Amino acid sequence: MKKKRRVKAHLALEVNGETVEIACPPQKTLLEALREELGLTGTKHGCELGECGTCTVLLDGRPELSCLVLAVECEGRRITTVEGLQEGPRPHPLQQAFAELGAAQCGYCTPGILCASKALLEEKPAASRDEIRDALSGNLCRCTGYLKIYEAVELAARRMKNGQKA
Amino acid sequence: MARKLRVVGSSVRKIDGLSKSAGVTKFADDLALPRMLFCKILRSTVAHARIKRIDSRKASKMPGVLAILTGKDLPIPFGILPISQDEHALCLDRVRFVGDPVAAVAATDEDAAFDAMNAIEVGYEPLPGIFSPEEALKTPEPRIHDYGDEGNVHKKIALEFGDVEQGFSEADEVLEGVYFFQGNTHLPMEQHAALGWVDPDGKLVVWSSTQTPHYVHRALAKVLEMPPARIRVIATPNGGGFGGKSDPFGHEIVVAKLALLTGRPIKVCLTREEVFYCHRGRHPALMRVKTGVKKDGSITGMHFETLLDGGAYGSYGVASTYYTGALQTVTYDVPRYKFDGVRCFTNKPPCGPKRGHGTPQPRFALEVHLDKVAEKLGLDPAEMRLRHLVPPNSVTANWLRVGSMGLGACIRKVVEGSGWTSKFRKLPRGRGVGIACSSYISGAGLPIYWNAMPHTGVQLRLDRGGGVCVFCGEIDIGQGSDTVLAQTVAEVLGIDPYDIRVVYGDTDLTPVDLGSYSSRVTLMMGNAAIQAAERARDLLAKAASEKLKVAPESLEFAGGFVTGPSGRLTFAEAVVAAESKFGTIGTVGSYTPPPSPAKYKGSGVGPSPAYSYSASVVELSADPETGIIVVDRVWIAHDVGQCINPILVEGQVEGSVYMALGEALMEEQVFRANRGGVHKIPSMLEYKSPTTLEMPPVTTYLIEDPDPNGPFGAKEAGQGPLLPVIPAVANALSDALRVRVDEVPITPDKVLKALRAKDRRYGPASYPSIPMPDPIRIKPPWEGGTGAAETGEYVRTWKS
Repeated sequence: MKKKRRVKAHLALEVNGETVEIACPPQKTLLEALREELGLTGTKHGCELGECGTCTVLLDGRPELSCLVLAVECEGRRITTVEGLQEGPRPHPLQQAFAELGAAQCGYCTPGILCASKALLEEKPAASRDEIRDALSGNLCRCTGYLKIYEAVELAARRMKNGQKA
Repeated sequence: MARKLRVVGSSVRKIDGLSKSAGVTKFADDLALPRMLFCKILRSTVAHARIKRIDSRKASKMPGVLAILTGKDLPIPFGILPISQDEHALCLDRVRFVGDPVAAVAATDEDAAFDAMNAIEVGYEPLPGIFSPEEALKTPEPRIHDYGDEGNVHKKIALEFGDVEQGFSEADEVLEGVYFFQGNTHLPMEQHAALGWVDPDGKLVVWSSTQTPHYVHRALAKVLEMPPARIRVIATPNGGGFGGKSDPFGHEIVVAKLALLTGRPIKVCLTREEVFYCHRGRHPALMRVKTGVKKDGSITGMHFETLLDGGAYGSYGVASTYYTGALQTVTYDVPRYKFDGVRCFTNKPPCGPKRGHGTPQPRFALEVHLDKVAEKLGLDPAEMRLRHLVPPNSVTANWLRVGSMGLGACIRKVVEGSGWTSKFRKLPRGRGVGIACSSYISGAGLPIYWNAMPHTGVQLRLDRGGGVCVFCGEIDIGQGSDTVLAQTVAEVLGIDPYDIRVVYGDTDLTPVDLGSYSSRVTLMMGNAAIQAAERARDLLAKAASEKLKVAPESLEFAGGFVTGPSGRLTFAEAVVAAESKFGTIGTVGSYTPPPSPAKYKGSGVGPSPAYSYSASVVELSADPETGIIVVDRVWIAHDVGQCINPILVEGQVEGSVYMALGEALMEEQVFRANRGGVHKIPSMLEYKSPTTLEMPPVTTYLIEDPDPNGPFGAKEAGQGPLLPVIPAVANALSDALRVRVDEVPITPDKVLKALRAKDRRYGPASYPSIPMPDPIRIKPPWEGGTGAAETGEYVRTWKS
């Protein structure tokens, strides 16, 4: 067996509004780079095959599965993870509503669902129940049956409409 | 208990709710330590074989590889039940299913570990594979295990409570049916992960996503031959459990051993495919139920038979098998009852406990069967059930003591809420409603290791500043047990639950709690927490009464104050007074369930301090052209005794409905016998589970009928509400299309087959003839029984 040359890629990524530099093997996914190189373990994984939606982050404001994107593809793009949702010490209205309404039971799918919900509300601040269902149809949750998640997204949307920021 | 509840019963935000939505909660795979190694586990590619050789020479020379383990490095067997110590961390000389762990690698990074794992060569000498319990019954040799009742039968159970034949002879009608419940798996979003480390002073620490740190502790001590005092198991918050993280697993032992060998921390995280193969989920169960009924629907006798596909190891299987026969009696009056249960070994991933542990299968069969009884007798199925409920404060034929019993209220709620009477048999073709009921235990009355020690302990430490630290070995798997604990203590001490810090699931720091399984935590931990908190309150009351110059009994603890008839202290002032008087303030509480009146062999499974009850109506649309079922709405009522936190209880109920719909309509853990026993669909894409698009609206009613054994009257909420939904779907399909699908999942192809069948039914044709031993005969209470077998009292042996 030939010895593999393990050359690292040197990257400058914009994560949650800050530029960070990392060196990681070029085959590393964004998910791995975030969790293993940057210690941003808020982004979780459920399959690493693009099936469950757990690892959803925002790339230029759009939800993407971080397990299917290579870190080297993300230079020059705005990466937002769950760690970047809150503003200063204040949780994002979505985070607040998820906690209040029991939308996070085990909390494992929550970061991905929060990112997908944030993208939805930015595009459709008054999203209907059906639009929320559609937007979250790629995110599996095994605890809640999704119902409290809908309620939390709706509560956050109402609060954001009334001017509450993160 | 006339005291007004202040914190208990209110939907306070989870004490870690914002941490979870901030992504700050640390799950097992989020942990990393300096110099940490990575572990990969090589798994069997064949279903049944002898291991002839394992060659790891090439792998061990690969860059970054520090150690390789095989079965001979960990030769001591383990298992969750003392009677089924049949697993090895890595297979010793035989593999029993595709996915059985064979070797493990420790390397400096995950890729290096993966490459080395793939470079290990294993020579297998194949043995015939057995892929169904029917095949196992016909194939006693070669045996998959050299223990068990006979051949490849792991366990046979035969119990008879009263003369069932006499019951049938007194009946107006005797109905019989055969049902099948396909296996399915937990599919927690978090893959199992564990991290092992040995500190320089020789203490082994294992962090793991486990529901049962106490049993992992036991297994590590046994297999590693280390004193338990030198081992610390820390359960990390589980990213979903549902029973799938209740067994001690080989990978937990492997990282511990590798940490000992390498002197470095080492982590393993299973791939999703490995999680499918680790399994321990719902047993596939073939069932035959025979009941004698009077014209009014009252049951004169019931014979229930179950044949379980256990997979390759024991796991919880013996308990699971008993559970398939235990709870039929706690909903409707069953004066005479007979149960025959059989569990077989097969060359598939082991089955174990999944939400409802062993009871959703028989509940499905029973409730569909009763729907047919009502149809045959021309009775309304809701009305018929209401007429024959087990009365509260009674003892069943199999000697289970029922306390509070809110099933009647549950049925009335869902009947009224769903508009049942205007819908049943009245909706247009293709639409239908179905009803079903159920019950579940609030914790098992007996522990896995029978001993005289409590099932749970809670310890409190009071801070001079008014903060309270609560220690308990429980682990939050998403159900909110940390918050239940904080609310319970806050209620008794009259403080804000956010002033409480919960320390959980750590065998070094916390008193033993047996784990998050069998819906035991709220009831057992809650009672222990009340005891610990009341003891602390008594100390504070004594000290405060001196300060305030009033009788301790006149003091009220509420709103952060200790208030007497004249004057009050803040809680913190009361703590200071108590600490000044008594020294450091710390108390303990513990809980042991009340003894069961059942005294026969097998009566360890079924007794519980309290039973929860649920009833559900499902409304659905079924397309006769495509067979596709769309669930339009679910109404569910759950008798929870008393809500500790209504939002969390609703969350458990809604989550149960969701999981039940998955089991009813799509989820199946199945294997390809013609391709050597590989999993048919080990991916989250192909293992169908409901997404947002399949989830219907749910109307939840919480019935609060307090049980004297529950903390503030509380009973379980996490598992019971799953049970009625699955048969309610089947019964609603019958209402919609006048067809019966007597097996789950009810997939479109089965609906179409039923529509085309002469008898308008799809399901198993027959139940195999299985020679059973003479049953253990126990007289029911009303026949003058004592709870013991007629042939003599069974002596329970106690183990440490």
